[in-house]
Amino acid sequence: MAMRQCAIYGKGGIGKSTTTQNLVAGLAEAGKKVMIVGCDPKADSTRLILHSKAQETIMQMAADAGSVEDLELEDVLKVGYAGIKCVESGGPEPGVGCAGRGVITAINFLEEEGAYEDDLDFVFYDVLGDVVCGGFAMPIRENKAQEIYIVCSGEMMAMFAANNIAKGIVKYASSGGVRLAGLICNSRNTAREDELIMELARQLGTQMIHFVPRDNVVQRAEIRRMTVIEYDPKAKQADEYRALAQKIIDNKMFVVPTPISMDALEDLLMEFGLMDGEDESIVGKTAAEEAAAA
Amino acid sequence: MATLTRDEAQALIQEVLEAYPEKAKKDRAKHLAVNDPSVEQSKKCIISNRKSQPGVMTIRGCAYAGSKGVVWGPIKDMVHISHGPVGCGAYSRAGRRNYYVGHTGVNVFGTMNFTSDFQEKDIVFGGDKKLEKLIDEINALFPLVKGISVQSECPIGLIGDDIEAVSKKKGKELDKPIVPVRCEGFRGVSQSLGHHIANDAVRDWVIGNRDGDTSFEAGPYDVAVIGDYNIGGDAWASRILLEEMGLRVVAQWSGDGTLSEMELTPKVKLNLIHCYRSMNYISRFMEEKYGIPWMEYNFFGPTKIAESLRKIAAFFDETIQANAEKVIEKYKAEYDAIIAKYRPRLEGKKVMLYVGGLRPRHVVGAYEDLGMEVVGTGYEFAHNDDYDRTMKEMGEATLLYDDVTGYEFEEFVKKVKPDLIGSGIKEKYIFQKMGVPFRQMHSWDYSGPYHGYDGFAIFARDMDMTVNNPCWNSMQAPWLKSAA
Repeated sequence: MAMRQCAIYGKGGIGKSTTTQNLVAGLAEAGKKVMIVGCDPKADSTRLILHSKAQETIMQMAADAGSVEDLELEDVLKVGYAGIKCVESGGPEPGVGCAGRGVITAINFLEEEGAYEDDLDFVFYDVLGDVVCGGFAMPIRENKAQEIYIVCSGEMMAMFAANNIAKGIVKYASSGGVRLAGLICNSRNTAREDELIMELARQLGTQMIHFVPRDNVVQRAEIRRMTVIEYDPKAKQADEYRALAQKIIDNKMFVVPTPISMDALEDLLMEFGLMDGEDESIVGKTAAEEAAAA
Repeated sequence: MATLTRDEAQALIQEVLEAYPEKAKKDRAKHLAVNDPSVEQSKKCIISNRKSQPGVMTIRGCAYAGSKGVVWGPIKDMVHISHGPVGCGAYSRAGRRNYYVGHTGVNVFGTMNFTSDFQEKDIVFGGDKKLEKLIDEINALFPLVKGISVQSECPIGLIGDDIEAVSKKKGKELDKPIVPVRCEGFRGVSQSLGHHIANDAVRDWVIGNRDGDTSFEAGPYDVAVIGDYNIGGDAWASRILLEEMGLRVVAQWSGDGTLSEMELTPKVKLNLIHCYRSMNYISRFMEEKYGIPWMEYNFFGPTKIAESLRKIAAFFDETIQANAEKVIEKYKAEYDAIIAKYRPRLEGKKVMLYVGGLRPRHVVGAYEDLGMEVVGTGYEFAHNDDYDRTMKEMGEATLLYDDVTGYEFEEFVKKVKPDLIGSGIKEKYIFQKMGVPFRQMHSWDYSGPYHGYDGFAIFARDMDMTVNNPCWNSMQAPWLKSAA
């Protein structure tokens, strides 16, 4: 089987890194050879696989060594649970430098060093929440990730973000082969969450590939810097991640998404009671003005 | 060829514009005009300081060029760091012939290149720490450095480095002015914004440094020469005239200038501006804050020199005014002899100019003193106040071209057939290969000075040896000649 490259996007804090690592553990358990490429200066995309606090990053090692040319692949590539290969691009502390450039440099380095040439089945890019600049779109440019999974939940901002990411995919879909492969609903236990995300997926022209229920075992495993599958293979949640992994293995639905308008999104949110209908008469009115009018 | 009539000039512009697609034609039409000296406001016929059209060969530079290359670079006892990747500094090093005196590498640093040489890791992690280290190293290696300026290249603005914070911190530590300049190349439409940004940095970090310090003994005849970059020694040939008429030149910048001269400038009685375009901002500021009047002067050619000397003297008492007359009288025999020698050789020759800040109008008088006529002129990065000043200087039906494109300039030259073109290095060889005599009017073609009476002698000689060079008679290959 040819190597499949997948990128995981989604609103900040939605659980991209946790979901990625848990599902990758499921893929590895199913016998797949997988590499995770963390594309976030926080470098927390591989800790559950490596049982480490934060993996040493390509950019940090490059800075210490002088330049990225001074590094070897084995310096930056660590192997963790079930043979999963891990790298972190790394980048600056918040507020300085250019994190996007760090992602570009790191991925170019991996390519030049032949990190993708092994007999890998899957590469997963775990990308910073917002695609704030060209650097964070690097994983979905030509010859990189072809499949994008968006992690979301039934919360308003998560859905806004999902729709915005879909807009970005449209841009790159026209210049390359990148496709939206599905929404992963990481449940926040909101009302009718599965129906809502399925409807959003339908409108975006894609699928909700899996509904991952909320379960405290994820946090318990995380405290131990482990995935659920490794920490408690018999847990019900482990089966959920196995199911997600299997659906990704079997996935054939790769689409150019059809992002929806702000109005359509608001209608959807109102339909599911996440948003009240807008009252035009109160826009721009201060509390004092309202009191005077009453 | 005879001078174009108004209608012919207008038709020529139309003809040249025909080559452009509709949108570009519409834009470029606003930048090309036929002069009408009676128009008071140039904006009625020409537009300037706008973005160049994509796809054309423009001759403009960038904001970094305007700040590091023009305004700050010549301040000789400071180190000017080209902050960012190595190229901007390396390829502009010593490119402008700002002459200075001193021991390079000891107490002056004019022709040296200092850069933070950004690498990938500096972009990703930010360059502030490197900048601190660099400043420390400069101060340790060159202890006589009086101050440091940080000239931002493009990446600095993109990655958001806080060069102001670094500058403040290091300035305090070293007790020397460290001046951050936000002259990233992508800002603005030309080098002009770089001049303005550089002026603002002078205002914010230098000009007020000696406010309240009374140790300087001011005199009644104190002046500052601002905006002379001392190309080939221009500023020296200018200041000698001011000193001969009894004025004290307290500060001269930035050509052969020092930090302390800049700091002393607010103590003078009159600011004399050579390059209005690049230094009007700081002059206006000193007028506002310190009440110092400023005036533009022109030391190209005896007519304009006399005019300017009298205008300058009018700011002072009768002694100075009498001295001005004496200076003009003193040099009269000298410049009359130059005119007598060269005018017969240059009379009636037509010149087209395309230069930078002030020369497209200022050198006109010098050519006229030699009997030559400027039939076309234009600026790389002028604003409309420059064209306001230009239109009065030029004859009826002179071609005016703003931010001229390579194509337009060539076409104009083909039709107008001038006897001499004065422009820059990028234009030089094209026109020489077309068989048109050419002088570089940015660098004086490695000659100079051209300012003052001393400069006029060199100017006249240079124009003569270019226009009347026997090589122009050999433009046709011998085998073609015999066939004809």
